[in-house]
Amino acid sequence: MDERETDPMVPTVLRVRSRRRDGPQVWTLELDAGAIERTGFAAGQFNMLTAFGIGEVPISFSGDPAQPQRIVHTIRAVGPVSGALTRLGAGAALAVRGPFGTGWPMREAAGRDVVLIAGGLGLAPLRPALYQLLAERSRYGRITLLYGTRSPQEILFRREIDSWRKRTDLMIDVTVDHAVQPWQGHVGVVTALIARARFDPGRTVALICGPEIMMRFAAEALGTAGVANGAIYLSMERSMSCGIGSCGHCQFGGLFICRDGPVIPYDLLREPLRVREL
Amino acid sequence: MEGLEQILAEHPFFAGFDPAYAHLLGSCAKNVRFDPGRYLLQQGAPADQFYLLRHGRVALELSGPGRGTVTFQTLGPGELVGVSWLVPPYRWTYDAKALELVRAISIDAACLRGKSEADHDLGYEMMKRFMPVLIQRLQAARLQLLDVYGARG
Repeated sequence: MDERETDPMVPTVLRVRSRRRDGPQVWTLELDAGAIERTGFAAGQFNMLTAFGIGEVPISFSGDPAQPQRIVHTIRAVGPVSGALTRLGAGAALAVRGPFGTGWPMREAAGRDVVLIAGGLGLAPLRPALYQLLAERSRYGRITLLYGTRSPQEILFRREIDSWRKRTDLMIDVTVDHAVQPWQGHVGVVTALIARARFDPGRTVALICGPEIMMRFAAEALGTAGVANGAIYLSMERSMSCGIGSCGHCQFGGLFICRDGPVIPYDLLREPLRVREL
Repeated sequence: MEGLEQILAEHPFFAGFDPAYAHLLGSCAKNVRFDPGRYLLQQGAPADQFYLLRHGRVALELSGPGRGTVTFQTLGPGELVGVSWLVPPYRWTYDAKALELVRAISIDAACLRGKSEADHDLGYEMMKRFMPVLIQRLQAARLQLLDVYGARG
């Protein structure tokens, strides 16, 4: 067996198959998985991506777990590494380590209503879960996607959202923080959509991904609606580095986000999230 | 009037409201409708009524030089439009426009203020219902102000 398949610190060089703009400063890269196709990934996991000569960053999978030959990452250009990654065109090379971390609780969600709450770029790590939910639709109860973002211009995966809206077995509500005409949709915070959503709180699993403060408010709103903290899962983000819980860069209280997360139930996060600068 | 009292009693904002108060409130209320694009209230105008939405959605808007008109919140059935009637100077601080056909109950604010002054129990009951709305909107405004979905998000 190749050393790259056994040592998580050894990267694999992959090439970009395609690059698509998905919003202001946001690009989706599709990579040829090549030899690591058989590794696969779980919805919610992440890879460490290296832009050669610049650095390495953790990026969640945003593609379909049923298509491991296509490794898809949606990246916002916010720093030197992510900026360089978003500039890679078709055929360009980058290095990949992974997959790392815990995935969304797809097994626990079976037979229950599922509420996905995404904020901004947080829709990208939730998309693999939604692909899986829809592919195995009969295994789940009501499925609801609540998505909040900054403005109508910054809605991710717009065409896909439009196609999802046509489904009768999926409820989608999108809201933006502010808008100018001709936007006719919701305006306001994503937590306001929770009260309008239909789900049975006693048999609901909630998946939340977005800015930490938004996730905290969303989790509290779900708790107020009757969803147990242990049934609410957040995708956390810290400065993941090694990816295997060794270096300590992503330590969050007693947790290492790269190894114990990024997907963690809210009952383990509620108290540490109240600690400033943790 | 009995029909209106019934509608008031069934509106989520008045869930569990004392029927006696619903009767008092009914004398200050009337059914209204707004076609798409019409304004329920406009910035600077006297806040002499508020609306309980039954059907349709409403955009709360602010306009400013060079920025055009910005929608900062939309409201729908079961929600209320207008809180400035509660405190002096009783003037609207934003516009509220019907995004689609809106049916609502309009409550005469001066009438309700008068009844609340005369019956503080009613006034306190109204405050208990308005305060959560105000706090929710304040929290929402804080989150929007933080711009959490910006580049750091």
